[in-house]
Amino acid sequence: MSVALDADRMGRTLTRIAHEILERNRGVEELALVGIRTRGVPLAKRLARAIHEINGHEIPTGALDITLYRDDLMRTAVGAQPVIRKTEIPFSIDNKSILLVDDVLYTGRTIRAALDALIEFGRPRVIQLVVLVDRGHRELPIKADYVGKNLPTSQTQSVQVHLMEVDGRDEVEIVG
Amino acid sequence: MKKDLLGIGDLTPDEIYRILDTTEAMREIGQRPIKKVPTLRGKTIVNMFYEPSTRTRTSFEIAEKRLSADTLSIAASTSSAQKGETLADTALNIEAMAPDMIVLRHASSGAGHLLSRLCKSRIINAGDGMHEHPTQALLDAFTIREHKKRLEGLKVTIVGDLLHSRVLRSNVLLLTTLGAEVWVCGPATLLPPGIERLGVHVSTDIDEAVADADVIMMLRIQQERMHGAFFPSTREYFNTFGMTRARLKHAKPDVIIMHPGPMNRGVEIASDVADGPYSVILEQVANGVAVRMAVLYLLAGGAEGD
Repeated sequence: MSVALDADRMGRTLTRIAHEILERNRGVEELALVGIRTRGVPLAKRLARAIHEINGHEIPTGALDITLYRDDLMRTAVGAQPVIRKTEIPFSIDNKSILLVDDVLYTGRTIRAALDALIEFGRPRVIQLVVLVDRGHRELPIKADYVGKNLPTSQTQSVQVHLMEVDGRDEVEIVG
Repeated sequence: MKKDLLGIGDLTPDEIYRILDTTEAMREIGQRPIKKVPTLRGKTIVNMFYEPSTRTRTSFEIAEKRLSADTLSIAASTSSAQKGETLADTALNIEAMAPDMIVLRHASSGAGHLLSRLCKSRIINAGDGMHEHPTQALLDAFTIREHKKRLEGLKVTIVGDLLHSRVLRSNVLLLTTLGAEVWVCGPATLLPPGIERLGVHVSTDIDEAVADADVIMMLRIQQERMHGAFFPSTREYFNTFGMTRARLKHAKPDVIIMHPGPMNRGVEIASDVADGPYSVILEQVANGVAVRMAVLYLLAGGAEGD
């Protein structure tokens, strides 16, 4: 087990991403953050806070649960269904620049499901992807626009993201 | 969860809470511009309704469509039951066309259990005779929990035709399992023998039963199942057991009034109560769709030990 990002590095990484977002998107008025449950949601809120600290703008933030859009949902005949939680997007996404936020980018299947889920709420002008960690091993043609840290891993390893809001501490570690 | 949902008796408290929590998430889908998710794409669901039903059948059909299942509904009046085919034979024929789930409403208690033994499809009981109506009890519990934020410790009073009511049985099983204090009230002729063994308080005095109630659930007088004189007249029934504004005063100030429908206005409930500020009757109907989506989703995933 090794620590890939500690609390301090994680905080600075998110601030850096917030700056990158502002650099690439001129008009902040049309920006909105949507976090993928579970850990994308606190990350989206932190980015909103970081952007607010930089230029004083309030970016609307939503939460997306992608469980019902997963492509492996009905393929496992055994075992209980995954728990679904609420999707909360309290604003119109039409013509917005949506920043989709997740903790780890791996096969790309979660993002595929999230895109399906998101476009049912409207037609954003553009969707960009923000991830804290990109660990490689894509199975779909998906690429992140903003990456906190590229983390080369083997498929037998597992990347675990811990966030204060969910787990009581900020840390990314590689297990196995 | 087990393969089928035949009654509340088959569910553990954890499974009940799981269904209620899933319902919370499902309800949000009904508020979207596009009220549909692809979850049950490619699944076939057959709704077999051997008894008249508006609410339950519409509710199941909408729930199935919101989850993208392929659905069809059979009403007894237009099926080969009219030609004398038995339920078992009809079920085996439908089973031969390989549906994934069957939703059954039937006048005989235990009809769902019969199908469960015959069919590999998952069976959901949408009301079997005088036995159980599990999804109704689940949507009632969801509605209560939403208003009261809890179920345990609440005084829930159920008034009406207790003898013929599958809604009563499912609700008593669910509410007592989750720790509510359940009172049942109705004319002595409509009290099922041995009902006190289900852990409920029994009363034939409506004022006693309603006193300090958090929730009052009115049950329909089921004329179609009454083959005997259970009370002198519907007017006398209303005078003795009907829910009126005057009677409501004995309940808690934030009491909610429920009714599984269809209502007999002026028989078990006065119109000004049914349409009044305490009534959550239409909320129950709205929540019904989300509860059924939750049940369909959780059953579709595969039973433990399957």
